[in-house]
Amino acid sequence: MNAILALEDGTWYRGVATGAPGEAHGEVVFNTSMTGYQEILTDPSYAGQIVTMTAPQIGNYGVASGDAESAAPRAAGFIMREASPVASNWRSDSTLRDYLIAHNIVAIGDIDTRALTRTLRSSGVMRGIIATGQVDPAALVERARTIPSMEGSDLVKEVTCERPYEWRERAAASGDVEQREFGITPQRTSSKRLRVAAYDFGIKWNILRRLDAYGCDVHVFPASAPASDLLAIDPDGLFLSNGPGDPAALPYAIENVKALVAADRPTFGICLGHQILGLALGGKTFKLKFGHRGGNHPVKDLASGAVEITAQNHGFAVDPDSLPANVKVTHINLYDGTVEGFRHTGKQIFSVQYHPEASPGPHDADYLFRQFLDSMEPR
Amino acid sequence: MPKRTDVTRVLVIGSGPIVIGQACEFDYSGTQACKALRAEGLEVILVNSNPATIMTDPEMADRTYVEPLTPEILEAIIAKERPDAILPTVGGQTALNLAVALAENGALERHGVKLIGAQIDAIKVAEDRLLFRDAMKEIGVEVPRSGVARSLEEALVLVDDTGFPAIIRPSFTMGGVGGGIAYNIDEFRELAGRGLDLSPVHEILVEESVIGWKEFELEVMRDVADNFVVICSIENIDAMGVHTGDSVTVAPALTLTDKEYQRMRDMGRRIIRRVGVETGGSNIQFAINPDDGRIVAIEMNPRVSRSSALASKATGFPIAKIAAKLALGYHLDEIPNDITRLTPASFEPTIDYVVVKFPRWNFEKFPQADPTLTTQMKSVGEAMAIGRTFKEAFLKAVRSLELGKAGRLFPEDSDAALMEEDDTALRRRLVVPTDKRMWAVFKALRRGWTVEQLHELTHMDPWFLQQFAEIVELRKMAALGEFREMSIDMLRTLKRTGFSDADIADVFGMTESVVRQRRLEEGLVPAYKRIDTCAAEFESFTPYMYGTYEQVCEAEPTMRRKVVILGSGPNRIGQGIEFDYCCCHAVFGFREEGFETIMVNCNPETVSTDYDTADRLYFEPLTFEDVMAVIERERSAGGDVACVVQFGGQTPLKLALDLQEAGVEILGTSPDSIDLAEDRKRFSQLLWDLGIPQPASDTVVSREDARKAAEKIGYPVVVRPSYVLGGRGMAIVFDAPSLDRYMLAAVDVSHDRPVLIDRFLEDAFEFDVDAVADADGGVVIGGIMEHIEEAGIHSGDSSCVVPPFMVAEKHLVTIRDYTRRIARALKVIGLMNIQYAIKGDVVYVLEVNPRSSRTVPYISKATGVPMAKIAARVAAGKTLAQLGLTQDLQAAGVFVKSPVFPFVRFPGVDTILGPEMKSTGEVMGGSDNFGTAFGKAMMGAGQQLPESGTVFISVNNSDKPTVLPIARDLASLGFALTATRGTAAYLRAHGVEVDVVYKVNEGRPNVADHIVNGTIDLVINTPLGRDSFFDDRAVRRAATMARKPCITTLTGASAAVSAIRALRTNTLTVRALQDYYSGVTAEA
Ligand SMILES: Nc1ncnc2c1ncn2[C@@H]1O[C@H](COP(=O)(O)OP(=O)(O)O)[C@@H](O)[C@H]1O
Ligand SMILES: Nc1ncnc2c1ncn2[C@@H]1O[C@H](COP(=O)(O)OP(=O)(O)O)[C@@H](O)[C@H]1O
Ligand SMILES: [Mg+2]
Ligand SMILES: [Mg+2]
Repeated sequence: MNAILALEDGTWYRGVATGAPGEAHGEVVFNTSMTGYQEILTDPSYAGQIVTMTAPQIGNYGVASGDAESAAPRAAGFIMREASPVASNWRSDSTLRDYLIAHNIVAIGDIDTRALTRTLRSSGVMRGIIATGQVDPAALVERARTIPSMEGSDLVKEVTCERPYEWRERAAASGDVEQREFGITPQRTSSKRLRVAAYDFGIKWNILRRLDAYGCDVHVFPASAPASDLLAIDPDGLFLSNGPGDPAALPYAIENVKALVAADRPTFGICLGHQILGLALGGKTFKLKFGHRGGNHPVKDLASGAVEITAQNHGFAVDPDSLPANVKVTHINLYDGTVEGFRHTGKQIFSVQYHPEASPGPHDADYLFRQFLDSMEPR
Repeated sequence: MPKRTDVTRVLVIGSGPIVIGQACEFDYSGTQACKALRAEGLEVILVNSNPATIMTDPEMADRTYVEPLTPEILEAIIAKERPDAILPTVGGQTALNLAVALAENGALERHGVKLIGAQIDAIKVAEDRLLFRDAMKEIGVEVPRSGVARSLEEALVLVDDTGFPAIIRPSFTMGGVGGGIAYNIDEFRELAGRGLDLSPVHEILVEESVIGWKEFELEVMRDVADNFVVICSIENIDAMGVHTGDSVTVAPALTLTDKEYQRMRDMGRRIIRRVGVETGGSNIQFAINPDDGRIVAIEMNPRVSRSSALASKATGFPIAKIAAKLALGYHLDEIPNDITRLTPASFEPTIDYVVVKFPRWNFEKFPQADPTLTTQMKSVGEAMAIGRTFKEAFLKAVRSLELGKAGRLFPEDSDAALMEEDDTALRRRLVVPTDKRMWAVFKALRRGWTVEQLHELTHMDPWFLQQFAEIVELRKMAALGEFREMSIDMLRTLKRTGFSDADIADVFGMTESVVRQRRLEEGLVPAYKRIDTCAAEFESFTPYMYGTYEQVCEAEPTMRRKVVILGSGPNRIGQGIEFDYCCCHAVFGFREEGFETIMVNCNPETVSTDYDTADRLYFEPLTFEDVMAVIERERSAGGDVACVVQFGGQTPLKLALDLQEAGVEILGTSPDSIDLAEDRKRFSQLLWDLGIPQPASDTVVSREDARKAAEKIGYPVVVRPSYVLGGRGMAIVFDAPSLDRYMLAAVDVSHDRPVLIDRFLEDAFEFDVDAVADADGGVVIGGIMEHIEEAGIHSGDSSCVVPPFMVAEKHLVTIRDYTRRIARALKVIGLMNIQYAIKGDVVYVLEVNPRSSRTVPYISKATGVPMAKIAARVAAGKTLAQLGLTQDLQAAGVFVKSPVFPFVRFPGVDTILGPEMKSTGEVMGGSDNFGTAFGKAMMGAGQQLPESGTVFISVNNSDKPTVLPIARDLASLGFALTATRGTAAYLRAHGVEVDVVYKVNEGRPNVADHIVNGTIDLVINTPLGRDSFFDDRAVRRAATMARKPCITTLTGASAAVSAIRALRTNTLTVRALQDYYSGVTAEA
């Protein structure tokens, strides 16, 4: 079946439908990872976004239950050069196509994804629509222009959990046990199990798997839960998760995090959690032209000088000049110098913009979970 | 951290002659390293015995030594040049092993030289299979069950544990030399024995087989600060059991989940750390069990490798260059990425296309060789292709191989033909991997065999088989209708999938031009995408491109005056690195003449495909379609586009006429002149008119004509197809029956082109001449090279020397005169190569190649004048006079070129030389006298001449008088002589002391036994004729295997004698090319 991708700038591409029939609306972004399309599809941070994979052959190894980052695909739509009709891997449960159809995700293939990527690189991310069947490109372009933009819109409420839960039970229930042959052994595990209260702004399961592996019992709370709920369980540490969209559009979250900061517990933030923390500490965030999405971004640890190859997925960043004196930048991106991490000089509070939990991506930054452990254990 | 300050003079070790498993990828890496080091202000001393390399160009290093790669010679160079460091990681296994040798014999300490890039311990852990295995255990990385043996007894114990099939892998070897798969105890005995013998440390690993597992490679880099990046992952389509060098491979890995890939990456990091490679690139191989994901490490190469060359070309990340900088102490994040400029090298390239590498084998040249692919590499070259999809890249790779008709994936045009081969035979060809297996896969798919069946039989991952099946399906669908009715969508789909115009024409039995016509009418032309290391995330500043059928083109051609230089494609015997060397010089020359240079080539091992060699690089197959598409795209900007075809060997020549007909201006010698020289009929006529003698000859198409012609000419005759290189399909025929046999066989080699019959000049002296000619009839002779072996042995296989050492001046005068007249008659503009033979008192012309030749780099090194570059400037319009070349060139010393053969890898293959070229590479030895130069050349070629010991002599009757003085000399040099009965009798009759040994068929212990036992140090054995054929073979094979020099010609023998004399009298001195050129003597 034919499909069309139309962008707000008036360009459109003809391709073939490689997922569910219908329409997908969203912000069109590109991801340069060569592996891990399933993890990307299921990463809640992609809510509201149509993801273009720059790697041309997608779906080769199918999808496997163990590789999901949330209960279902969260991306609004999916764009690729060539979709594999078969799944070739001993772990796969189904082909990508069947998976997309089963979860009603609209996808388009046979697209000059490199041309598309270059457009997004030069004119910045754009709103767009994928529509299958016989459709009028011009009309689609018009409608693409009416899609609400990311700035200012709260996408978190669409992906956060409804009620608090304990990861261990959830994992046990959903059969998501950490996979022996892949889960890298923690650098060390805590002597006693630690209690962590985590805000779910769209949390990736691998963050929970890693915290669990390092010896933490993680209690997950909805984004809307008041800070007092988290503090009520007397946590050894607080965690602020990744998530979709514009941090500035989440005043309630920022307020809650301010309260947590005041409570002065060891705190660790990732991605959106990092941005919210930045705002809570008095900083500002801004939108990047085309964001960072991929598994090959070099990040420098300013303290050690070491370079980590990191997994990234964000469209907004913290403005370093806006940060107060008691907040010190600890990591920067070697591509564009943007802030990749900071810590509070007076408190056990730190966060990173990128994804130490990887999945997909390299494991270079796994040490940050140990660092979190170090900050919690003294209590 | 700034670069280290304790290093100012670095010795870079090259990899020596081209051999199977170590080809021109190490010219690419060495050249990059030299450039990088000098850019950092270091003084570079380079040593490499291979003259056909860019790295040995005098301007690439401060001091350049073309000397044998032995520990002794290297120590002499170190003593003379006093480098403070050695970079051993860019010269392949050769350089690595030399570094170890220099460390162990104390040379490094003696001269206070340190290693940079990799330390001895690291090298040992990586290369010593036992140490490696234990290191892996230590860091919890699984390896196949295995044990190390230093004797057959030990090996036999081990195999009880591993069981069969058992894998045998020698330590410190490369390309799997001496390795293999043993399926039973007898095979095991044989392979283990050979492995022990071929390992420099006489140590083998006996290993549990994981045949059929998926094989992967990681190209990784590490800096002193322990920063680690993976440059590229490579997946082998042929499963474990077929050497990576013989496997069709793809980048990036396409069948791994992120979980599996990251686990492999983690292991890669642990491994390079544990092995202790401080800085630089390494290649790590893994095997994964497709049924449960179990992963084991196979090996690590602590150096840049063939795969790093591939990875560099596949990603645009210059591994060797970066490795050199890291060795100087830079951190990855302190080095900019040339392509994006704004971002650092401390990242992992991500690619938005698919790269396929296909090996090129040469079994047709070794009929007795076993084409089964095992753990020992057998291919001689490779082609790489890039496409947006696997299917496109794969089909482009196949056509890049230049296999002609034999290379077509869909050769059978009728169902009958398709079903001819019976299932059992086909199944066998799928189960037992050979150079032809991929074609068997396509045949099976066309016969309806399922992906599952094929996976069972070949162990190829079902995903790849599925891709092949889709190609077969699409072609079937296309074949349903008439071409005229084919929808534009179908045509587009075919092109997008990678089908060439020729492939499509083939479906309908039409000519390529019909398809081309229709395609252009439909406006279907390729777009060119850039290779930018970052999947378009950042702007790219290097025009490194590949063609694909997509909408948006990124070529951005300029308006400048341009020249398209056609490369030489995949290496094969007869067309190797020499031609890439010439192509690079063509770039240099045209650039000096103000042209924008555009390179088209598909061989990833080459310097010409480095993105900073030419101004613009198109990594494309060298077919008419692909080349024309590039030219048309470049024209689209308006600048005028010419093409030059004389530097890339035979490959571009084949395109010359078609390109010209398509309206492309060919610079330099015109296609018509080329045809005049290549078409023997026209050429004979020309020589006739010029009154220049040539062996009586004729061209024939049928057996009958052949017989008639041969009768007329008189036996023996040389027969060959026209338009060949490296004497392909060439033979010396002594009688009518063998002539018939040849004619029967010949047809398919010669692609229906006529067969040439020449009178064979027996015992004639052969000469090679390289010359440059300009449009005004100016001709400069680069050199007259005298072959050591007589005519009848392919010019590429015989040693030769400049200046000539035993030929009458009057003949040289004649040769110069003929050369000039032929150049003018052919209106040659640029390079020309002529082969002459002198018999009796007559100088004959054997052939003229109106193009660069194998010997151009060698002559350029010998004279210090870059002939190929000169030729390019002449082709660009300059006259020789304008370039200050008014007279013939002089060699700066005495230089001998010697060939290197792959026989060790092909047990059972006869090692006798003939008119069909068999050597893979060459070395050069230089001195002020012939003996030493020849000795060095032999040494460089691994044929260490003995200075004392026993010489075995066995020659045919006609040779006996000539061998007498040689025998006398050897005796007087204190050698003991043994000979076969006849020869011995003759020598004794003339008062030479000599023992008698049995011929192989006379009983035992016979001469072969003696050679194997090492009681014979030198073999002089000229062919004894058909009757004792078997005997000769056995002797020569024994010598090859025991690595004892075996000389099959008397001229060679007397050369060897003078060499031995020289080696014994004066201790070897080394001399830099720069000193030869400036006349500084060895002692200085
Ligand atoms: N245990 C094994 N089982 C099956 N095949 C093997 C095994 N070990 C090596 N091989 C095959 O042999 C090839 C050469 O082995 P390798 O150690 O890489 O030697 P080299 O140093 O020549 O590259 C590998 O590419 C792989 O295909
Ligand atoms: N008429 C001949 N008599 C003796 N030897 C010949 C004759 N023709 C060719 N040869 C031998 O065969 C070799 C290959 O022939 P050549 O024409 O050079 O083929 P190629 O084109 O492969 O170089 C020559 O180097 C020479 O040694
Ligand atoms: Mg090796
Ligand atoms: Mg190997």
